[in-house]
Amino acid sequence: MRHWLATVWFLGRKELSSLLADKVLLVLILYCFTLSVYTVATGVKTDVSNARVAIVDGDRSALSHRIGDALLPPYFRAPDRLDRGAVDAAMDGGDYTFIIDLPPRMEADLRHGHSPTVQLNIDATAMTQAGLGSAYIQQIIQQEVAEALDPQGTTAAPVTLVSRTLFNPNLEGMWFQAVMAVIQFITILSILLVGAAVIREREHGTIEHLLVMPITASEIALAKIWANGLVILVASGLSLTFVVRGWLGVPIHGSLGLFLCGVALYLFATTSLGILLATVTRSMPQFALIAIPIFMVLNMLSGATSPLESMPQGLQWLIQASPTMHFVQLAQAILYRGAGLDIVWPKMLVLAGLGGAFLAVALPQFRAMLARS
Amino acid sequence: MPTAEPAITLSGVRHLYGEKRALDGADLSIPAGVTVAIIGPDGVGKSTLLGLIAGVRKLQAGTVRVLGGDMGDAAHRDLVAPRIAYMPQGLGRNLYPTLSVAENIDFFGRLYGQSGAERAARIGRLLKATGLDPFPDRPAGKLSGGMKQKLSLCCALIHDPDLLILDEPTTGVDPLSRRQFWTLIDAIRAERPGMTLLVATAYMEEAARFDHLVAIDEGHILAAGPQTEMLAKAGATTPEQAYAALRAGGRGGQEPLVMPPFVDREGPDAIMAEGLTRQFGDFTAVDNVSFRIKRGEIFGFLGSNGCGKTTTMKMLTGLLPATSGTATLLGRPVGKADMETRLRVGYMSQSFSLYEELSVRANLELHARLYRIPAHRVAAVTQQSLADFGLAEVAESLPPALPLGIRQRLQLAAACLHKPEILILDEPTSGVDPGARDLFWRHLADLSRRDGVTIFVSTHFMNEAERCDRISLMHAGRVLAVGTPVELRDGQGEATLEDAFVAVLKQAGGLSEEPPPAATLADDGPKGDARGGLATSLSRIWAFARREMVEVLRDPVRLTFALFGPLILLLTFGYGITFDVEDLPFAVYDRDQSLESRQLVENLTGSRYFRERAPVTSDADIERRLKTGELRLVISIPPSFGRDLMQGRRPELAVYLDGAMPFRAETAQGYVQGIALAYVQDLVRRSRAPDTASVAVTIEPRFRYNQQFRSAAAILPGVIMVLLIMIPPMLTAIGVVREREIGSIANLYASPASVGEFLIGKQAPYVLIGFASFLIMLVVAWLLFAVPVKGSLAALCLGVVLYIIAGTGLGLLVSTFVKTQVAAIALTAILCTVPAVNFSGFLYPAATLEGGARLFGLSFPSLWFQTISLGSFAKARGFGAFHLEFTMLALFGLVFLGAACLLLKKQED
Repeated sequence: MRHWLATVWFLGRKELSSLLADKVLLVLILYCFTLSVYTVATGVKTDVSNARVAIVDGDRSALSHRIGDALLPPYFRAPDRLDRGAVDAAMDGGDYTFIIDLPPRMEADLRHGHSPTVQLNIDATAMTQAGLGSAYIQQIIQQEVAEALDPQGTTAAPVTLVSRTLFNPNLEGMWFQAVMAVIQFITILSILLVGAAVIREREHGTIEHLLVMPITASEIALAKIWANGLVILVASGLSLTFVVRGWLGVPIHGSLGLFLCGVALYLFATTSLGILLATVTRSMPQFALIAIPIFMVLNMLSGATSPLESMPQGLQWLIQASPTMHFVQLAQAILYRGAGLDIVWPKMLVLAGLGGAFLAVALPQFRAMLARS
Repeated sequence: MPTAEPAITLSGVRHLYGEKRALDGADLSIPAGVTVAIIGPDGVGKSTLLGLIAGVRKLQAGTVRVLGGDMGDAAHRDLVAPRIAYMPQGLGRNLYPTLSVAENIDFFGRLYGQSGAERAARIGRLLKATGLDPFPDRPAGKLSGGMKQKLSLCCALIHDPDLLILDEPTTGVDPLSRRQFWTLIDAIRAERPGMTLLVATAYMEEAARFDHLVAIDEGHILAAGPQTEMLAKAGATTPEQAYAALRAGGRGGQEPLVMPPFVDREGPDAIMAEGLTRQFGDFTAVDNVSFRIKRGEIFGFLGSNGCGKTTTMKMLTGLLPATSGTATLLGRPVGKADMETRLRVGYMSQSFSLYEELSVRANLELHARLYRIPAHRVAAVTQQSLADFGLAEVAESLPPALPLGIRQRLQLAAACLHKPEILILDEPTSGVDPGARDLFWRHLADLSRRDGVTIFVSTHFMNEAERCDRISLMHAGRVLAVGTPVELRDGQGEATLEDAFVAVLKQAGGLSEEPPPAATLADDGPKGDARGGLATSLSRIWAFARREMVEVLRDPVRLTFALFGPLILLLTFGYGITFDVEDLPFAVYDRDQSLESRQLVENLTGSRYFRERAPVTSDADIERRLKTGELRLVISIPPSFGRDLMQGRRPELAVYLDGAMPFRAETAQGYVQGIALAYVQDLVRRSRAPDTASVAVTIEPRFRYNQQFRSAAAILPGVIMVLLIMIPPMLTAIGVVREREIGSIANLYASPASVGEFLIGKQAPYVLIGFASFLIMLVVAWLLFAVPVKGSLAALCLGVVLYIIAGTGLGLLVSTFVKTQVAAIALTAILCTVPAVNFSGFLYPAATLEGGARLFGLSFPSLWFQTISLGSFAKARGFGAFHLEFTMLALFGLVFLGAACLLLKKQED
């Protein structure tokens, strides 16, 4: 055991110096955890914000102007006026997500007790905005109409809905994106770095050399896991502290230490997966081609982009084997909800178990992989 | 065409690698039509000199004139490229291992613009002349070393060069193959007497067959001229003596090595092999091999390349399990788990297998620690080893900067660090110059005779074989003969061990030393048109593209993933991603328990958006259960909700949301609001008299392009956009950097093809594969997800082609400037995923992006293609709608490829 630890330690130190020698990779890691996190966090908004709206104003009344003025930032950009003839082209070109078509004589009709019809064109290919945005717009129009017709407010809704959003009171999308971006880069880099390191050693013949020495496959694997994992762990810790919390100003509720423990376990799982992938592929091009779909699936189906409970049942079962899914849940629990170890320990156990399972499959492959090449 | 001007003239040529001087003011003149051997140990600048003459290495200082022009001038290089052939150092380094023998030669023929008939005729002649004609369809990677070198030679000779440059062509090749190789060269020379032949060699005895000699040492040309003159001047009979004489004074010659006699030590045999057999599929690499090696004995292993020596050694070290038979080391069976035995064995593999990024000292220290040498002794042991093996001067250098001989010494030092009882050395001196080899063998002699280390060594050098206590001749997996060198030589009745070796091989394999006499290389066809011109350019692009395509087709894993990887992803995303909220886990904290409150809850549970969990029982429960993530939404109904409602007192309904995923929280909030209000309004309306004041506008939402508001319809065009920028660029990103790592990039340097032709040729097959993969996705989107193309299919296809060209161009661009394949993969993955997923209108409409994100999106092809993809799939837009997008995508393609052309140099530095 003492020998085992010593070997893992020294091989890992070697791994660190190899990694530090590849300047392109270092710059890439730095870029991912700083600028890239920043751009993704500030650039991507999955809530309705800055939605582009146009109004075809057939009425040109006080009410129609009132409706236009009620569409306010940050949800909507100030609406453009559009001719009815230009609607189709504008929608086709993706210039607007919503086009509100107010009919002629709308206000007059209303005041005479008629119910005019307002058409709301929605670009339904913009899934993230279409549903929510159309609900907002409908609410705004109804409210403006009601207030215009009945300034005293006698017909107001019979019930008041008070929403309290926990953990992210203003529903800031940026908070979420920032942390998810960090997770996304952890996933991609950990699988690529470790897997490619194994293949590189194989292509250079150094792994063969190691296996002739009194060294086991588990020592080689663990050394790669801790060294590469450590670099990513440190990078993500710094990124969360200085980029996410410092630069972007996202409040982090839970314990950063606990979260980093979670990251460490997650890294154990993903790096083990990277090793597994490297042992079953024969060359760098093959590894790249297999690794990409895998981390794409892990990232897209992590529950961060699309909720787990909406997936087909079969997929929900499959995705239980995804460390990313468990980690995203763990991250949300700790960072947003301030959950403690008492709440997240099952997730941690699952991550460790998945890592162990990947490694258990990969290790016996080590020698077989040399025989193949 | 002999001219008055010498074929090659060098004056004042200097070449530096960083601080290191490879050539220091070389002046040289070589007449046309002669054969020249460049002799000297490793690392003195032989390869640099040849590279400069061939034009594959960038000239730093001085002038090099070859075939009547200045090689510093790109125009002249292009002009003479078709007249020069260059074969780089290393076994088959310029070959493509998955291509067959004939395909390899064919590729080179195409590069030189030869017609199909001409190529066929030339390939036939060359194969016959080299004796490779029985296996035109064997992949180059499966050839033995000698055959690889012959094939390389065929590839070099396909265009009838006037100047043939061979860099150590016989290094690492067994004696029989070496003989065959030189016989072949003589035959070619006889037929093309005008050809100038320039060869670098470390085998001094081979140098004897050349007209001229050029002796180099430490970047200086010691002497150059006709061999007879040089020998006379030095008063020597062989080039080896002449070289030693020229060099004397600089570094004095050593006493010739005489092996001390073998001391028979008591004890069991150190290595025993009994009926060792190893099969790879139906190929038997090692066939029933048995031998016993005594303690302290030096046991030599001889045989042609690929005869099973390495496989046998790997079985002894436990790297490869034997198919049958047993091996015993130091009395213990070889098993992979036996750490005790491994501590007593040292191994040195054929190629350099220490860490290139660690210094010499760091490599040794790592070995010391891995071999469990106590921490306090590591420094001392390392220092001793550095001193023992003469590595102290280079202790802080990185291995790639050292000459091969020193690198091999470092490997031996590493293998001996832990004082092993057995050393297994696989061709440790291959490619090492004679001086360094002598030094190496002195170490072996010491280890064996003084320390009693058993040494099992394979070699191609006969003088090394003669120093072994016993040798074994191996061929085609079988041991043909075992004995002391003297026994073997006398047993065959030959004068030298080499002759005995050749005789044994001939008896066993019917190998012929002479090329078939019928072969002729006479230049009877017209020379290929290697000048510029569009047709020639296209034919070269086709040559590169065809080769790349064949390579991909031979790698089924890569092909499968390239074609079907996107499909797997499409299926996962198509089924897995939805932007709607369904089955959101929620619970109610109902403090009213009235009819109204229960009806409200039923309305919520009845919708497909929510799924009810066990009710919440206290205020503390709300936060706790939201915190664990069990619930995303809690609705708290106040006491007397029903009564207040009916009395028009506007009760407050509290909704608690988990804000960790803002998008879902907002959507859920919207739904709750809608459902609750609808229920309450309905309730109020039913209970009260019809109210005239309830007049309001009717809002008619029209969900355009996707009436059912299905996630698949909205997301698939985007998924296709993302996948087409993830997979094809990755395929090209490895392209150039991999050729550089393997070494086949030298073919580009030496060929008349331009960088642009090379890159376009590398790109074309992947555009094709990407498009095929797109067609598969198109059909699946249509049939499985019912997402057909509503607009112009032609526009979509054109968009896809332009988009893939841009993407693969970006891959090539990355590939030209990264150093390693790892970096290429990582960089391409990040570079493509981030903008495609985030800034191209995939998850969020591009029109709403702002600031840096918008700029980022606009400067990447994905955003532009997304407009085409969405427009054609969902919006029924016609061909004419996408002029701007087509133009932008084409521009991206041009810019990426153009930048790659500028970055990729056609010469080595």
